Amino acid sequence: MILARIYVCLKPNVLDPQGKAVTNSLRQLGYASVAETRVSKYIEISFDTSNREQAKLETERICRDLLANPNTEHYSFTLEDKEGGKA
Amino acid sequence: MKVSVITFPGSNCDHDALEVFASRGHDSRLVWHKGRDLQNPDLVVLPGGFSYGDYLRCGALARFSPIVNEVLAFAQKGGLVLGICNGFQILTECGLLPGTLLMNSGLDFICRHQRVRVETSATAFTEGIPAGTVLDIPIAHKDGNYFCDDTVYNELRDANRIVFRYCDAAGITTLEANPNGSRDNIAGICDASGRILGMMPHPERSATDAVVSQDGKRIFDALESHFGLGG
Repeated sequence: MILARIYVCLKPNVLDPQGKAVTNSLRQLGYASVAETRVSKYIEISFDTSNREQAKLETERICRDLLANPNTEHYSFTLEDKEGGKA
Repeated sequence: MKVSVITFPGSNCDHDALEVFASRGHDSRLVWHKGRDLQNPDLVVLPGGFSYGDYLRCGALARFSPIVNEVLAFAQKGGLVLGICNGFQILTECGLLPGTLLMNSGLDFICRHQRVRVETSATAFTEGIPAGTVLDIPIAHKDGNYFCDDTVYNELRDANRIVFRYCDAAGITTLEANPNGSRDNIAGICDASGRILGMMPHPERSATDAVVSQDGKRIFDALESHFGLGG
């Protein structure tokens, strides 16, 4: 099995009100050096294959087709082998 | 006028929209999202609600419902499509309208009456409503913060495709009158032909005598006049 760890983040020019609210809370907690917080999405997909190239291509397509909105978000991912499954 | 209102799992304004059209004497029906037959409508309504629980992004999963392919084909043939609130979000996700509805800048779900200014009467939905008219139409959303890049914004502005802007009672589009951080107070936009409209305010919630504002009727009047019906 191959595990894709996918990060979908707001582009830098897109305001992140959630991140702003978290920054404010962190400062209230005393973390004075926190300059900025960005809240993103983390998604895991397990592929029932041992073919890394195939998993990579599919993850790319999945990100483009559904997981990230190209207007406002960009994505990145890593792949790793995972125990279990048929492969 | 024949109207098909699409029901997605999580739609909750579909019956309200249906009721408005039915009460005005139009041949109206709900169409389940898994269907593949729009039933030959003149107008398709994508109603408000929380399709697929707003999972991933608002409207992102609804785009893959089977009926949406039919809506795309209908739009391509020149059919009229009205997306209200979640329907607007779905229209942007499926590419019928540009831009994205982001989370409100204040993070709150906002449910209240809102003034919007009609910016153009050159759409099927605002025909006969003079530009500058101020309407009181309720909003109810958490993700209504319209975002687009400069290229899209300039195109929308220059082609008169910004249909509604949030404003105050005097019709001024102030920062204070902007409930959600939307770019340039945008509350609704249309496609280049003026036949596909996405709007965050809910005209179906201000179109019967039982509620405080009846300004939403103006939009349904406009649609009827577009089809040569009514006064």
